[in-house]
Amino acid sequence: MERDTLTGSRIRERRVARGIRQSDLARQAGISASYLNLIEHNRRRIGGKLLINIASALDVDPVMLSEGVGATLVAALREAAGHSPEIPAEMDRVDEFAGRFPGWAQLLSHMERRVASLERTVEALTDRMTHDPHLATSLHEVLSTVTAIRSSASILAEPGEIEPEWQARFHRNIYEDSQRLAETSRALAAYLEAEGDAESETGSPQEELDAILEAAEHRIPALEVAEGSLDQVCETLGGGASSAARSLLRDWLARYAADARALPIPTMEAAIATCGTDPAGLSAALGEDAARIMRRLAAMPDAVLPEPVGLAVCDASGVLSYRKPLPGFPMPRFGAACPLWPLYRALSRPVMLIADTVEQKGQGDAPHRAIAVALPKGPMPLGREPLFEAVMMVQRDAYATQSRVSDGAASGREILSVGVACRICSKIQCEGRREPSILSGPA
Amino acid sequence: MAGNVLVIEDEPNIIEAISFVLKRAGWNVETHSTGSTAAEAVRAKAPDVLILDVMLPGRSGYDILRELREDPSTSNLPVLMLTARGQTRDRELAEKAGVNRYMTKPFSNAEMLEAVRELSNA
Repeated sequence: MERDTLTGSRIRERRVARGIRQSDLARQAGISASYLNLIEHNRRRIGGKLLINIASALDVDPVMLSEGVGATLVAALREAAGHSPEIPAEMDRVDEFAGRFPGWAQLLSHMERRVASLERTVEALTDRMTHDPHLATSLHEVLSTVTAIRSSASILAEPGEIEPEWQARFHRNIYEDSQRLAETSRALAAYLEAEGDAESETGSPQEELDAILEAAEHRIPALEVAEGSLDQVCETLGGGASSAARSLLRDWLARYAADARALPIPTMEAAIATCGTDPAGLSAALGEDAARIMRRLAAMPDAVLPEPVGLAVCDASGVLSYRKPLPGFPMPRFGAACPLWPLYRALSRPVMLIADTVEQKGQGDAPHRAIAVALPKGPMPLGREPLFEAVMMVQRDAYATQSRVSDGAASGREILSVGVACRICSKIQCEGRREPSILSGPA
Repeated sequence: MAGNVLVIEDEPNIIEAISFVLKRAGWNVETHSTGSTAAEAVRAKAPDVLILDVMLPGRSGYDILRELREDPSTSNLPVLMLTARGQTRDRELAEKAGVNRYMTKPFSNAEMLEAVRELSNA
């Protein structure tokens, strides 16, 4: 759907990037400026010779304009460039690169993820070597014993006479030390096998969980039916994962199963047909809290929804514990997201639904409706403030897209400009900026 | 006689091997294996060269060395430090404490002997 409707946005994006005036491009394409304006705001469909002419004037492949490039892929490439700022990647042509060489772009994105994962493994291992007292003591023991064996063996092997008494003593020492070494090595190996698991090889448990849920497309059909076995699903999905990741997965699945029992697909489908995907309306109609409604919306099959639903969940520290991005609304794989997301505002106004029409910089004209709420996590403690967890659903805002009439504004709705993460966001003078962007220089 | 060496190390078989090698080369060797009383032992025995392990029961080799460097009677004593910790920051820690030579385990006898000779001539 997006590919067809956003051709105009891509034309406009490309034209602005090239610094060509609308009237000049219209003249080169043989159309009026007002007609090009309608095209650029996706109010007129474009194809055939006109598309080819405009593409030629913009020096771009027509397919780039008609099909665009996956926003997630572009965001991943920007992230990759962000990690190597010393390499002058042509950031202004990232869409073109991804569009012309999608396979290479995918490969680069994959390698970026792999490098990040391996770096985390190295960090984890280094940290372990440095701070694990048991490991440090065991290794010290091994090295000390090896030193004793080496010194004694050298004495025996070196030329020259050694009195029989000393000879016997060093033989005995080597024998004792070799036994000690065998025991220490065995204990060390057992310790590493028990603790090592897969977690030191695949990045953080959260990353493992993200990968598992992404592979499952964020839907678990086996848990949509009453007889679905949590253990079996956990084993099937998280079979090769570390114990920490399996623990996270199990918690996630348990909540998914509880959500599915409370709001089965047929119930949701009927309610969506009446109320749409507005979580406030659905919450009132179904008698469930808005966070559960949002989680269920994100798990619905495509056929049930008018537009796909993305979802982000964070804990009270702002760390994302779940992410289901959309093509026009990528989410960072590592680190913190954009602080302007309604998700974070919800944490400062708990229990209240925060709604905004947002648009990510660099994603073309793709306004999204973002609705967030922060609710207590777990049971309410007596005499203490509860811990909150915030949930934000995002969905393409068809209304804002259709009714947009000029830059940055749509009739009846203000569009809030947000980003994915500071490092790859080009927004200038942003009050939420934590660190300089590789796209816009120091803000 | 080449001189006096004091070995402060808690591993008995390493002490025995080092002592044998040094004695065979003509050194007079004394040993001590407790960290908490090591500084007193150094002052009492007044060696020409000190071989000091880092991980000792009671007190670390770094702390012992720092105390020795603050004492005028031992501030210039040549010290060879032996340790299983070979990371850069451990070396830096030892250098900051005032070590003359730093050797990571497992070292060779010849290496150790050569280091003691060099330190005694310095």
